Amino acid sequence: MSKMKVPKPPSGPVPWGKPLAHAMLADMLRIRRMEERAAELYGQQKIRGFLHLYIGEEAVATGVLRALTPDDNVVATYREHGHALLRGVGMPAIMAEMFGKRDGCSRGRGGSMHLFDRASRFYGGQAIVGGGLPLAAGLALADKLGGRRALTACFFGEGAVAEGAFHEAMNLAMLWQLPVLFCCENNLYAMGTALARSESQTDLCAKAASYGTATVSVDGMDVVEVHQTALRAAAQVREHGRPVFLELRTFRYRAHSMFDPELYRAREEVEAWKTRGPIHTYTARLKAQGSLSEAEFLALDAAAQAEVDAAVAFAEGSDWEPVADLLRDVHSAQGVQ
Amino acid sequence: MSRHISYREALREALRESLQTDPRVFLMGEDVGCYGGTYAVSKGLLEEFGPERVRDTPLSELGFVGAGIGAALGGMRPIVEVMTVNFSLLALDPIVNSAAMLHHMSGGQFSVPLVIRMATGAGRQVAAQHSNSFEGWYAHVPGLRVLSPATVEDARGMLRAALADPDPVLIFEHAQLYNSEGELPDDETAALDIASARVRRSGSDVSLITHGGSLPKALQAAEQLATQGIAAEVIDLRVLRPLDDATVMASVRKCRRAVLVDEAWRSGSLAAELMARIAEQAFFDLDAPLARVCSEEVPIPYPRHLEEAALPQVDKIVAAVQALMGVGA
Repeated sequence: MSKMKVPKPPSGPVPWGKPLAHAMLADMLRIRRMEERAAELYGQQKIRGFLHLYIGEEAVATGVLRALTPDDNVVATYREHGHALLRGVGMPAIMAEMFGKRDGCSRGRGGSMHLFDRASRFYGGQAIVGGGLPLAAGLALADKLGGRRALTACFFGEGAVAEGAFHEAMNLAMLWQLPVLFCCENNLYAMGTALARSESQTDLCAKAASYGTATVSVDGMDVVEVHQTALRAAAQVREHGRPVFLELRTFRYRAHSMFDPELYRAREEVEAWKTRGPIHTYTARLKAQGSLSEAEFLALDAAAQAEVDAAVAFAEGSDWEPVADLLRDVHSAQGVQ
Repeated sequence: MSRHISYREALREALRESLQTDPRVFLMGEDVGCYGGTYAVSKGLLEEFGPERVRDTPLSELGFVGAGIGAALGGMRPIVEVMTVNFSLLALDPIVNSAAMLHHMSGGQFSVPLVIRMATGAGRQVAAQHSNSFEGWYAHVPGLRVLSPATVEDARGMLRAALADPDPVLIFEHAQLYNSEGELPDDETAALDIASARVRRSGSDVSLITHGGSLPKALQAAEQLATQGIAAEVIDLRVLRPLDDATVMASVRKCRRAVLVDEAWRSGSLAAELMARIAEQAFFDLDAPLARVCSEEVPIPYPRHLEEAALPQVDKIVAAVQALMGVGA
């Protein structure tokens, strides 16, 4: 069991005007409320298969994705509902996808782990640990060869750094000077395996730095620090046209998936980390500096809940694909078969 | 009119043409640039097109095949050379879990217009880890198209068709074929067809169904059989996925006997799949049980006599046909 050395909760002034400050809070609330409902719907067997919740980690996707432009690419993992949502995939399409319905963002073929969206350059929804990293390097190579200034943000968990794909992609990205923002969401547990039980070197930045990559480690529970750092890192990637490795230290409050009995960590550890919760600590900071009233908070929360209600109604109302269409989309339409 | 050309030169011409005609195309792989290609296929292309478009990679199959998929998603038309099929096992994950599945998993939103070339096969005394024939494994996977050019014409033509395909295409080049030579017709239309098998020799007594490096062996066997009064028809599958059932069944129905020749191991092989399809679709047209000549179930050994004994050979094919026909050796 890992030691219960939990850092102090994020604190201090939020250096943003009310619109941005509230937008960040709204983003985190939208993810949180959507996923809380997803967990309920899983209990009702409306959502099946694997469901990996991001609850507790919302500041990471929120802070990073707001540092990107529409031309950038995003590659994420199987714990990607929040990333898809904030990238611009509609909550109704995400919810319908989790239901497996035809109006889902992947026509229902992918489910929770395989959210995709061409319009927002959201490339999944990659459910092989580490599998997204070489893809991200390739997307960045295409941008570089095409003379575009876009970057590719690639999210992955700390478990992925044990995969060869991490090392091969880091090497390629640095060797070929590819504009990739590597975002390592370090939530301390790769499924049930604590970092120290799986890595000889637990300093993840040291691993990345061995490829000559610039690295930075931030408190992933602090949306302010995440966003400010991501802005600088993204600017650095664009300016120099080479990768930056960002470690975002965070914590997953829920089980790995809905099948996980959480035998590998103590209840007290989870509770201790909850004192650092990204939403309530940020809310308290905004209130303390007079940037947010309780009424404003309740209004943002109510809006998020209403969006969830509408998304669930949409998913419920969406049709199942007919079995006659089973074999579609194995090959592209202009291909043979 | 036709031109005499080697299989290697035909591949190189096809690569050069694709690099010249489409700015989205680039070639990457281990030793494709400075070294000139492990089998000298890409020799001279680095000088002609520069290091951005003829890109040497680290020994990093998982990484650069995955990067090829990403580049294809990003609008490029990468040609990834994996040195040999043996090393492609290090890239099975991106090929199967990403390239083959992304179109479906994304509900048809993303396509992966990627071409992966690799050498396959045995016969050069390079021992077990460099002698595998795994093209049949890849032919198992929905979402992939698998090609096996066995002639200079297909070596020259199939790449263009593969690049025009919006989905991932794997091209297997048998290592024994690089030095082979043949006539390249002026009309390349036939090779641009990447959906059909081809009758390489007409016959009426038995269908020899094969692909890649086994095609020359099957043709030699047919020649020998002809001297014994047996007219063998030789089918070159060319496309291992999707299989062209129609051409195979038409031949089997005509000849009423079939022998599959496949350099892969017998168990779970492409030969096994073809035999199953023939049994399903043409059982009542057969005059004899189906037969096959595959590799023996042993890692390919180093000494020449043992390697030869492990692989399909002309005499084994002839003997298999004679047994079917009830003719003594």
